[in-house]
Amino acid sequence: MDTLLLSRIQFGANISFHILFPTITIALGWVLLFFKLRFNATGETKWMDAYRFWVKVFALSFAMGVVSGITMSFQFGTNWPGFMETVGNIAGPLLAYEVLTAFFLEAVFLGIMLFGFSRVPGWLHTLATFLVAFGTTMSAFWILVLNSWMHTPVGFEMIDGVAHATDWVAILFNPSMPYRLVHMLLASGLTVAFLIAGFSAFRMLLGDKGRDVRAALKTALIMGASLIPLQILAGDMHGLNTLEYQPQKVAAMEGNWETGTNVPLLLFAIPDEDARENRMEIAIPNGASLILTHKADGEVPGLNDFVTEDGEVLHPPVAPVFFAFRIMVGTGMAMLLLSWAGVYFMARRRDAGAVPKPLLVVLVPMAFSGWVATLAGWYTTEIGRQPWLVQGVLSTKDAVADVPAPFVGMTLVTYLAIYAALLAAYIFVLFFLATKASRGETVHPSAPQSGEAVARQIPAE
Amino acid sequence: MGLFGDPAYWLPLTFAALMGVSILIYVVLDGFDLGVGVLFPFADGAEKDRMVASIGPFWDANETWLVLAVGLLLVAFPAAHGTILTALYLPVAVMLIGLILRGVAFEFRVKAPTPHKRAWNGAFFVGSLMTSLAQGYMLGLYIMGLEQTWATWAFGALTAVFLTVGYSFIGATWLILKTEGALQIKAVRWARGGIWGLVLGLGAISLASPLVSERIWAKWFSVPEIFALAPLPLMSAGLVVLLWLALRRLPTRDDSWAWFPFVASVVLFMLAFFGLAYSFYPYVVPEKLTLYEAASAPESLFIILIGTCVVLPMIGGYTVLAYTVFRGKARDLRYD
Repeated sequence: MDTLLLSRIQFGANISFHILFPTITIALGWVLLFFKLRFNATGETKWMDAYRFWVKVFALSFAMGVVSGITMSFQFGTNWPGFMETVGNIAGPLLAYEVLTAFFLEAVFLGIMLFGFSRVPGWLHTLATFLVAFGTTMSAFWILVLNSWMHTPVGFEMIDGVAHATDWVAILFNPSMPYRLVHMLLASGLTVAFLIAGFSAFRMLLGDKGRDVRAALKTALIMGASLIPLQILAGDMHGLNTLEYQPQKVAAMEGNWETGTNVPLLLFAIPDEDARENRMEIAIPNGASLILTHKADGEVPGLNDFVTEDGEVLHPPVAPVFFAFRIMVGTGMAMLLLSWAGVYFMARRRDAGAVPKPLLVVLVPMAFSGWVATLAGWYTTEIGRQPWLVQGVLSTKDAVADVPAPFVGMTLVTYLAIYAALLAAYIFVLFFLATKASRGETVHPSAPQSGEAVARQIPAE
Repeated sequence: MGLFGDPAYWLPLTFAALMGVSILIYVVLDGFDLGVGVLFPFADGAEKDRMVASIGPFWDANETWLVLAVGLLLVAFPAAHGTILTALYLPVAVMLIGLILRGVAFEFRVKAPTPHKRAWNGAFFVGSLMTSLAQGYMLGLYIMGLEQTWATWAFGALTAVFLTVGYSFIGATWLILKTEGALQIKAVRWARGGIWGLVLGLGAISLASPLVSERIWAKWFSVPEIFALAPLPLMSAGLVVLLWLALRRLPTRDDSWAWFPFVASVVLFMLAFFGLAYSFYPYVVPEKLTLYEAASAPESLFIILIGTCVVLPMIGGYTVLAYTVFRGKARDLRYD
């Protein structure tokens, strides 16, 4: 394999691994703040117990996000020097503002949030929780501004092949930014809702009757049930925005080869890029036209419009975008069904413990459904941007570093091995912590202990 | 022409200074917590917990300075960023893998089942060691002008070892400050054992950089510069002597002067850093690319500078808050 492909796999693997953890920390920070504020308001210990369990998950996820994020900040230089050399004048300030306004804020106050509960006044601990949540969200804002700008670049002029900013307001609020930011923040909320619901269900299945588990399950299911309709709406609006600015991506998502009216919605198909047609289509007539134009005879762009006369393909690879999009939508539908079912059962008996056992069982694997949907969504939009790195400005192959392919291959294999091991360890530890908590093994013994017991005690747990 | 003269002159210079300050703060702050990781095999189980407790609330923010430094390099000197990082492709990868291992081991070692703790302790040590060695190697190669020959690799290997010992030294002085009892006595012993690395490291870098480049030689060994610069090596030597004397007497009965080795090492790191900065100015890629040639467009730098001037004091403020909250001897890290 050549350096370009290996570098793409490497960055793709890295950013896929990375996004798993910010997706959790962005919304989990706010959920923790909610638990803390409920505790402050009611004085009920269940809220603080829920806080203590989930803050461990937060700390672990945060560390995973930090280390994989540092890796990415270096890979811009080691693998993609052409990116910064061409659009550095725009990407640079955005990344710098992310470090300055978000990274330091979250990193510093995380220490106080995690370990400062008994060292600082209650208000400062709550404030630290707020600032960490705020910091993660700021981080999402800056990075989505940059990412959106790469899809819909505006507010710049090219001088000698280098982009120079002319209008920072236009860059910040570029056409796809509001849609992408909202879509991602909601995705984070849903990921956390189902993560909490899944592990609360897991603990209840193990026989944990703790009030904190029920409170967490109830919070999570209500959160999921109220966010998913918003997400479907936001996703639809984002799709219309993409239709306007990146029609070739929408054509790939719909698997539509020829521009035309009354385009069906493909529930399933196998796009064949060599033959430039689909096999095994299962379709709803007029569906795609209805969704994208809200008219049965609306015009939907086709992929064949994005092939030049001499055969150069300027649309993304079709099959990955087509399937990733369907996986995302399918996962979203499962979220809708399950969260509404959960809320229905809780509302009927006015009791968070009334969720029937089969639903609890299904909720456990759904704990990571947010990851599946988020990754599938990002693959849709990022693979859908190819062959461009910055739409219409810089192609991916022009940005890659001139590093020997064996170097890239060697580091790629190492990264993949480490990521696989860490992901396994992360999931294992989450289940371990939940199992331990369900046995009531609180790690905060209140009774005085012998010296030896104190020495053996595992801290920061 | 702007308010303070030509921005094409002072903007790159300002950003070089900002980047330098970030690197210096990073080397000092992450230096001590990497050093604590490197010292891990010499401690027993409970001591390991206490050592991690002394850096637990800080390490994350410490590493953020590295992100800021590489971010400023990326933002302000994009051409240099590409050249430096592609030339250092493999050591950067080693460092990143090291940072990943130690960063997650912090969390996993206390959350995984107890039988796994040993393995995560191992990951914490190996990660810290990989990071320190890689950074030392990169420093050596940078001093050698990023040339790839047997001689530069050998020099890189040498600086890798010295920087790692230097980090473990500052780590030990941090532990003298933050711990008490048997662990503190151990830390004093570690510091005594590590001081040679600091001396040899400073010596090797001071000797090598003027020998590699005639330009650097001329900057140091000409009149009157040599007199103006003389305090730098003299102060360093004086500090080493004071450190050596202090380490013979520590720990004192009432724990006075426990702060001294750490503060003295910080000053030493700063002196060494200013020496290097003086040698390499105005180059950002040694002997190839000056910071003026590598700088990005002034309008973009201006945007960042405004933000930096507003935000950097705030970062300083809450960093001080964190160090104040967790001042004093390290206690067990608890979430409640």
